[in-house]
Amino acid sequence: MKKIISMTVMNRPGVLNRITNLFSKRNYNIESISVGLTEQEGISRITCVIHVESDREAEQITKQLNKQIDILKVTDISDQAIVARELALIKVLSTPQTRNELYALIEPFRAAVIDISKDSLVIQITGESDKIEAFIELIKPYGIKELARTGTTAFPRGTQKPVNPQKTYSIV
Amino acid sequence: MLQQAAMTESKAKTEMVTGADLLLEALEKEKVEVIFGYPGGAVLPIYDKLYDSKILHVLPRHEQGGIHAAEGYARISGKPGVVIATSGPGATNIVTGLTDAMMDSLPLVVFTGQVQTSVIGSDAFQEADVLGITTPITKYNYQVRSIEDIPRIVKEAFYIATSGRPGPVLIDIPKDIAASVSKPPEEQEIKLPGYQPTVQPNYLQIRKLSEAVSRARKPVILAGAGVLLAQASNELKEYAEQQQLPVIHTLLGLGGFPADHRLFVGLAGMHGCYASNMGLSECDLLINIGARFDDRLTGNLQFFAPQATVAHIDIDPAEIGKNVPTAIPVVADAKEALKELIKQNGKPPAHLEWLEQIHKWQVEYPYHYGESDTLKPQKVLEMLYEKTAGDAIVVTDVGQHQMWAAQYYQFKKANRWVTSGGLGTMGFGLPASVGAQLADPDRCVIAVLGDGGFQMSTQELTVIKELNLPIKIAIFNNLSLGMVRQWQEIFYDKRYSHSKIPIQPSFVKLAEAYGIKGYEINNAEEADVLFEEVLNSREPVLLDIRIDPDENVYPMIAPGKGLHEMVGVKP
Repeated sequence: MKKIISMTVMNRPGVLNRITNLFSKRNYNIESISVGLTEQEGISRITCVIHVESDREAEQITKQLNKQIDILKVTDISDQAIVARELALIKVLSTPQTRNELYALIEPFRAAVIDISKDSLVIQITGESDKIEAFIELIKPYGIKELARTGTTAFPRGTQKPVNPQKTYSIV
Repeated sequence: MLQQAAMTESKAKTEMVTGADLLLEALEKEKVEVIFGYPGGAVLPIYDKLYDSKILHVLPRHEQGGIHAAEGYARISGKPGVVIATSGPGATNIVTGLTDAMMDSLPLVVFTGQVQTSVIGSDAFQEADVLGITTPITKYNYQVRSIEDIPRIVKEAFYIATSGRPGPVLIDIPKDIAASVSKPPEEQEIKLPGYQPTVQPNYLQIRKLSEAVSRARKPVILAGAGVLLAQASNELKEYAEQQQLPVIHTLLGLGGFPADHRLFVGLAGMHGCYASNMGLSECDLLINIGARFDDRLTGNLQFFAPQATVAHIDIDPAEIGKNVPTAIPVVADAKEALKELIKQNGKPPAHLEWLEQIHKWQVEYPYHYGESDTLKPQKVLEMLYEKTAGDAIVVTDVGQHQMWAAQYYQFKKANRWVTSGGLGTMGFGLPASVGAQLADPDRCVIAVLGDGGFQMSTQELTVIKELNLPIKIAIFNNLSLGMVRQWQEIFYDKRYSHSKIPIQPSFVKLAEAYGIKGYEINNAEEADVLFEEVLNSREPVLLDIRIDPDENVYPMIAPGKGLHEMVGVKP
């Protein structure tokens, strides 16, 4: 199952190395990781999407991450109401004949064309991973030349649905 | 006028300090008594300052020996072991020791030199990516980037190494920073917002555990090294007596509970005693205090403590539930948790039958070995135990002799047992005994080694001679890598692939070459006479004890089997 883990970390040299090291040492399966600054100086947010076999494994990952001295807070936000976004850039082949068709596909996905050349377009799309997957599938037949994805970044929504109790794995 | 100018200039000069000055000052502040270090190019500025320092500096003959000595020191003294190694090969030589200390939760503060800042990353002479290499095998590591940070980083390193679950912390210091000069920096406070170990237990969990004990019919305590690290052996004894709970030990936990106590069951795990392993298999309440359910202890997890409600007291929350599902988790320091449990003063369980059952197992299936013409290692350990009244510090290497020592030397007190448990590092024993003796100079230290492991660290004999440490080096010589040979005998159809090492130097002559007295022992009579003579002497002695080369360690649990599937239980 897929889990989204969000953590705040001290913005120190080597912190990302500590985290990826931990994942490889403990044999955890990581799908994506994204890092960026937060509103607080010296603190960054890292969002990881991981694949686990069980809740117990997810709990173990959370605890191991929590043990890292540079990590301030770890939350498994998979079961919360969250906003999660990913950005992808797709360079797709396009001839004058297919260009309109492509525009028609782009519109419902609220993607944008950010570069046009003689034989290709660069499309920028943001959204949840599923949406991006769906769009890529759709665009594939036209011929994807290059693809770059940022990985998911996410945090909990301001208001949590009361019916969906927050699941925490803390022992304390 | 000129004189005055010269005076103010010299005053200004004395006010300036180097990185190395700051480092040594910080070490003195931490009350460091001994440094295990090996000089080299990148640490020359530090060594220049050490020349005038009051701190004892011990020069091992290999950096790996230095860090193992620091581990031995930390295990016995409870204080962090301090190590210095130079950049590149100096740093890579301590990798095994760091991993060993990480696995066995030993507090170390390790300094490595680094090439100067301007050439870091250029594959300079004796450069290695020490931070990259040591990140997974340290609790934390630093590279100093500015001289002003040295006092704070050292303070933080000692705090991290010794608090919570102890472990090794490494500080990498580029040569130019150690040599650079600055005004004494302003004092900086420790800044570790992401590190707050939980020491006090949750009251509700303590209540829950206390109630579970009262209800239990077959309770046991499994005590690990956490009890020793928290210096909680008195509390463990008080609690076990209050609730009449039998105490089973992990390999690293030995000494946490007196072996001559009527509630002491014994060592558990792959080579543990029958009563301990059956106790774990049949208990209905398992109270783990400071052990991490290592695979050598649990055997096949599928068959581990199948009927038990598991309670686990550990300062490291990540250990709880890692291997064994836990019903009552208590994140706390073992000492604090035990104090709270004692305060509960709960109704002791009604479990007389259970205690009798355990006692019956102990009497019916004790450790045993056959008598023969050859000298049995178990016999030697029994003799060592008797001659030292069970009060010596026993340091072991890794292998058969280690298991026999754990089985036959009955530890009555804490801080008498030094062994490499988690990593199982051959070559650990001899250097670790150096650190153990330095930590407790007046106590008899016996280095119980195998002939294989001894030959991995032979060079440290020099240090023993140099410091005239009265270590008794007991080589259990079976002319083979005994544990490997035993596994090949049992699981590989007696195909002894590269495990027999009959070509050896004369260990007695080798000892003499180092200026240490050496004796060969071939039978129990010789052992009896020599032990009497040398165990109380105040000088180092090497004993080449020729044991039965075919002796195996029993009982034993084969890999993949459960604790209840021991072999070699009966003679």
